[in-house]
Amino acid sequence: MEREKIIEVKDLTKSFGDFTAVKSITFDVYKGEIFGFLGANGAGKTTAMKMLIGISTPTSGSATVGGFNVFTQADLVKRNIGYMSQKFSMYDDLTIKENITFFGGIYGLSRKQIKEKIKQVLVELDLEQVANNLVGSLPLGWKQKLAFSVALLHEPKIVFLDEPTGGVDPITRRQFWELIYAEANKGTTIFVTTHYMDEAEYCNRVSIMVDGTIEALDTPKNLKEQFNVDSMNAVFLKLARNIE
Amino acid sequence: MRTILFIIQKEFKQIMRNKGMLPIIFVLPLLQLLILSNAATFEVKNIQLSYVDYDKSTSSKELVDKFRASSYFAVLESFPSKKLADEAMEKGKVEVVLEIPLHFEKNLIKDKKADLAVYINAIDGAKAGVENVYVNQIVGQFNQNIMLKAFQQQGQMARPMQVTTIPSFWYNNTLNYKTYMVPGILVLLITMLTLFLSGMNIVREKEMGTLEQINVTPIKKHQFIIGKLFPFWVLGMVIMTIGLLISKFVFAVPLIGNIGLIYLFSSVYLLVILGMGLLISNYTDTQQQAMFIAWFFVVIFILMSGLFTPIESMPKWAQNITLFNPIRYFVEVIRMVMLKGSGFKDIYFQLIIISLYAVLMNGLAVLSYKKTN
Repeated sequence: MEREKIIEVKDLTKSFGDFTAVKSITFDVYKGEIFGFLGANGAGKTTAMKMLIGISTPTSGSATVGGFNVFTQADLVKRNIGYMSQKFSMYDDLTIKENITFFGGIYGLSRKQIKEKIKQVLVELDLEQVANNLVGSLPLGWKQKLAFSVALLHEPKIVFLDEPTGGVDPITRRQFWELIYAEANKGTTIFVTTHYMDEAEYCNRVSIMVDGTIEALDTPKNLKEQFNVDSMNAVFLKLARNIE
Repeated sequence: MRTILFIIQKEFKQIMRNKGMLPIIFVLPLLQLLILSNAATFEVKNIQLSYVDYDKSTSSKELVDKFRASSYFAVLESFPSKKLADEAMEKGKVEVVLEIPLHFEKNLIKDKKADLAVYINAIDGAKAGVENVYVNQIVGQFNQNIMLKAFQQQGQMARPMQVTTIPSFWYNNTLNYKTYMVPGILVLLITMLTLFLSGMNIVREKEMGTLEQINVTPIKKHQFIIGKLFPFWVLGMVIMTIGLLISKFVFAVPLIGNIGLIYLFSSVYLLVILGMGLLISNYTDTQQQAMFIAWFFVVIFILMSGLFTPIESMPKWAQNITLFNPIRYFVEVIRMVMLKGSGFKDIYFQLIIISLYAVLMNGLAVLSYKKTN
């Protein structure tokens, strides 16, 4: 079955002076899949992701996201993606409603659409009681779920999640992944980085970055067979150890 | 345009919500205006003066009485000897010591002149200069009287030729330093407030990580910058208005010229300062760095603005530096318009310069603001 490619990356490289953080990586992401982007700290995941979302200019190589070139059409790329960073990035001193209004507004939603979105998000996340509370006063887990919904306000084709579940409890993580699945079922492509290997099991396909290059890319099932182990954790350790 | 409105709305909400910042924005500058305008005076008053009278004559007493009558001097007890007076000066108890020598009166009547020694504590040079002028004025008046008396005693009715200068101070004829200082201090306060606020603001978003989120949106650079700066521009104008009201009703500073000119000039001036704040925040990563850089410029701008020291008395190279100081132009203009009633034609030159400055600053700020790295 030939599937539609939504992200195409070829020989993408990023250097900072003498240091090459991302070394000529090549991969594709298909429409509607949950693509796990794994790697140890400092392996270059975040740098690679920043190039794909248009806030870091690649040193060389090419990449298209949603059919737009990240070099020349960064603004069109941005219009078609959602992004949630590992550093929680909504305004703590604004209420939930105000945050949604602001981000909806700058993505060009109409006042009416914003109103509907607020209602929808509050119901989905069960946050109606605290709609007028400052975001800063919410528990981290709620904030993360809210940030995910905010990243989806403008109904992007692809959403990039950079360690979205860092620091939250297992139950919330579980709920978060339910949100991800629900969104993927609507046809949205999910590009997610994580350090949790159990989360890697939830992905359709997983790539593992080591020292700026992609060392493995396949379904979790195939990867486990390939390395002859029974968990993604073991796959990850084997890969990281081989390099050392 | 809609995007800009959303940003402006968000900024105002954040400013109004910040209970810690609101009083800093609105109350502190006005308190400073009230305090500084009363304190930053060039007038020297209550000069501690003592004297050593070796003559003990009618003339020497009259001379000391002249000083007593002056509101500038607080005349202390006399010292029996110059040595004791020196000690008192050493201890900082007196500022000025008048030494009236023996035969002061005799010489004055006989030779029509007498020597008088004045000792002034000149640790603060400027103050000593002013004190010297006051002493000379009083002694001058006294001398004139004494001479007059001497002539009359001799039965001559003809008065000696005398040249006295009668100063006429234009635009601030009572030499009220508040009239002179209040508009200038108002300029400083507005400059500091808007520079710090705009400089901190974007860096704060960098620190919190929200700027990255903004950079991932399709927002345009100019939209973001206009949306960010406009609220502070409004704040600056509001503070300006309150400050003008205070200067009018609290300090009774005359407003001779057209207030519209002041607003016209401030509206462009604020763009310069806000652009500068933005430029600073583009090149810094933390609020701390931004604060220090902003302070660096503010201190130089203030001290070289002509507010506290006249630009004309600076060395040539320093005068040239002041040409790049936006505060200098605003201080000039606000004084010209308020005190002298200058019209549009008079401030035209300053307005052109400040407009070019605004274009330059904001141009640089927009260019250096990077959504990608």
